[in-house]
Amino acid sequence: MLNRTADNVARATPEPLARKVRGISDKGLAWLFISPTILLLLAINIFPLFWAIYLSFTNFRANRPNEVVKNLGFANYRRILGDQDIWIAMQTTAHFVFWTILLQTLIGFTLAWLIDRKFRGHAFWTTLILVPMMLSPAVVGNFWRFLYEPQIGLFSYVISFVSGIPPTSIQMLSNVSLAPWSIIIVDTWMWTPYVMLICLAGLRSIPEYIYEAAEVDRASNWRQFWSITLPMALPFIMLAVLFRGIENFKMFDMVNLLTGGGPGSTTEVASITLKRQAFESWRTGYSSAFAIILFVAVFGLANIYVKALNKVKQR
Amino acid sequence: MKSSLKLALGLTSAITASTAASNAAHAEDLTLCWAAWDPANALVELSKDFTKETGIGMKFEFVPWTNYADRFLNELNSHGKLCDLIIGDSQWIGGAAENGHYVKLNDFFDKEKISMDDFVPATVVGYSEWPKNTPNYWALPAMGDVVGWTYRKDWFSKPELQKEFKEKYGWDLGPPATFDQLKQIAEFFQKRQIDGKTVYGASIYTERGSEGITMGAMDVLYSYGFQYENPKKPYEMEGFVNSEKSAKGLEFYKALYDCCTPPGASNSYMGEGVDAFKSGQVAMHMNFAFTWPGLQKDENVGGDKIGYFVNPKGPDGDQFAQLGGQGISVVSYSDKQESALKYIKWFANKDVQAKWWSLGGYSCLNAVVKDPKFPSSQPYAQAFLDSMAIVKDFWAEPSYAPLLQASQKRFHDYVVAGQGSAKDALDGLVKDWTQVFQDDGKM
Repeated sequence: MLNRTADNVARATPEPLARKVRGISDKGLAWLFISPTILLLLAINIFPLFWAIYLSFTNFRANRPNEVVKNLGFANYRRILGDQDIWIAMQTTAHFVFWTILLQTLIGFTLAWLIDRKFRGHAFWTTLILVPMMLSPAVVGNFWRFLYEPQIGLFSYVISFVSGIPPTSIQMLSNVSLAPWSIIIVDTWMWTPYVMLICLAGLRSIPEYIYEAAEVDRASNWRQFWSITLPMALPFIMLAVLFRGIENFKMFDMVNLLTGGGPGSTTEVASITLKRQAFESWRTGYSSAFAIILFVAVFGLANIYVKALNKVKQR
Repeated sequence: MKSSLKLALGLTSAITASTAASNAAHAEDLTLCWAAWDPANALVELSKDFTKETGIGMKFEFVPWTNYADRFLNELNSHGKLCDLIIGDSQWIGGAAENGHYVKLNDFFDKEKISMDDFVPATVVGYSEWPKNTPNYWALPAMGDVVGWTYRKDWFSKPELQKEFKEKYGWDLGPPATFDQLKQIAEFFQKRQIDGKTVYGASIYTERGSEGITMGAMDVLYSYGFQYENPKKPYEMEGFVNSEKSAKGLEFYKALYDCCTPPGASNSYMGEGVDAFKSGQVAMHMNFAFTWPGLQKDENVGGDKIGYFVNPKGPDGDQFAQLGGQGISVVSYSDKQESALKYIKWFANKDVQAKWWSLGGYSCLNAVVKDPKFPSSQPYAQAFLDSMAIVKDFWAEPSYAPLLQASQKRFHDYVVAGQGSAKDALDGLVKDWTQVFQDDGKM
């Protein structure tokens, strides 16, 4: 009786698809399907990475294809780590990352908190706030370059109107002190909505009954914010910081369009230096070593941060 | 059914045949690569005659100046076949020759009896020779160019301004002969109201990204005594690049930037300069001579309103100007080198060169520029001739790119960002350039 049931079950089970294809197992078919993706990944991600690691130990220059490529050992790495200009570029990058993250987090979270109040027309305001994020960085860069124009720019005019300083004296992109801030302002304008969206998701994930319990306990609004809202939204805020941190460490387009790294080298972030070394000076081996250093730095910092994020989530 | 099939087959054959014929007709089309600018448009017009004469069609690949070097150096480095002919920048000649990108033209010149003695000497050295000052030719001088100045003749000739200027500076307002005079004029016009508009002294090169500030600063530094290297010992730069005179020249350039340029002009090159002059913002304008035909024709600032002058003299009376311009070369990876050489032969012809000048290109052929009628042929012709007689060029070494990047950084850091002193900037430049030549094994 038992045997008959087992036979019936076996007969009722459809033959796996793979067995219909002669000579290919289930596992084989699975590999067949994912192999194009793996090959593509190897070709465009993994191979260039290993190739860059190899080049970083050589004196290869892309504009000298006929030259003999010499193995330099760690000479490129030593030269980069001893180069004062590279350290200045790293400091500039750190300055941008710090201020953009600070401003974007503060403003983004505040906006999310306000939008979460669900006042009349909040959907309209949410959409409006998201507009800068939807624009192309090339458009934003050119748009703000005109706004910052000291003779015809609206930004200079508004600041002049408020402060009484002549607009032609407000040279956001030419002034050494103001140029870094001109980029921080634009990046904050463009990417605060992104932080706001993530924070909003965090705020909306807090169950309503927790606030109701706090109300019963007569907790003040400030107490509710400090003890419920902020801790529960913290993993989301940290996630936004992680994303923006990685993005801003690589910041290129905005700086390139607004100041090109100038005036002088005031706004020359690491990515601009890398581009100059790789595609203007054609020091391919040297720039590969710099790219690897940057990669390791971002990867290492992001890993430490993710561990901290996980601890916060587990609390 | 059969007749339909025949019709279909007939149509297919006809289409195939016509496509094949069209391909055959265009099989020898040449592609010429250059920057996208006014002279390129003139060359398109000129090249129609070549097609008429030879039946060889011409296609053009023009790239904006901002991407010109990136695009075409990538093309050459990757041994691309896009360009049969290329009008490459003067600094590329060393690298292009050493890396085998260009066809060496000596045998061709000998065979076709094209003599480099027939061309303006500075353009032969600048655009054709590698190593410099040796008879090894990699290009035919194609587009002569040099940094010079335009000025608002109409403003300069206003009687009230002339009077005020004379009272203030003690000499007649006119095209400056020295850099000191140039600065006095620039200061005089800075923030002055003319025709109800605030105007500024001068537009100069300050661009950081490609080569702008180097071309501008060098234009001044040469006349102040800057030298690239010890004439007796190649690559010895200490005391030449960073001499006291060079530092004075760089200080002057910074002073000119600080006192007399329009607000926000911290990243100006050719296009921004033309815009500043055309929009009536500045009294004087530093730019390559190729911009002059366009400005001369401009309704607002051209005609009688514009004047031209040669780069002024330095404090010791030295007078030099930064060389621009390019030579035309045959790309060694091209499959159509014979046709490309035919184009060069045609282009070297005197009548073609004369037409080239009349269309807005700048001929380098002696027969054209030394023609007695040449100086009066255009209002800017004499200034061009005088400027070409005093040219100097940037390093044309195969490593010109890192050399240029170093000067861009050092000059911009000092002139625009105001960091350190002129001496610091030039000392740093010696250090950077030494490193480049050491990497190349030349020091």
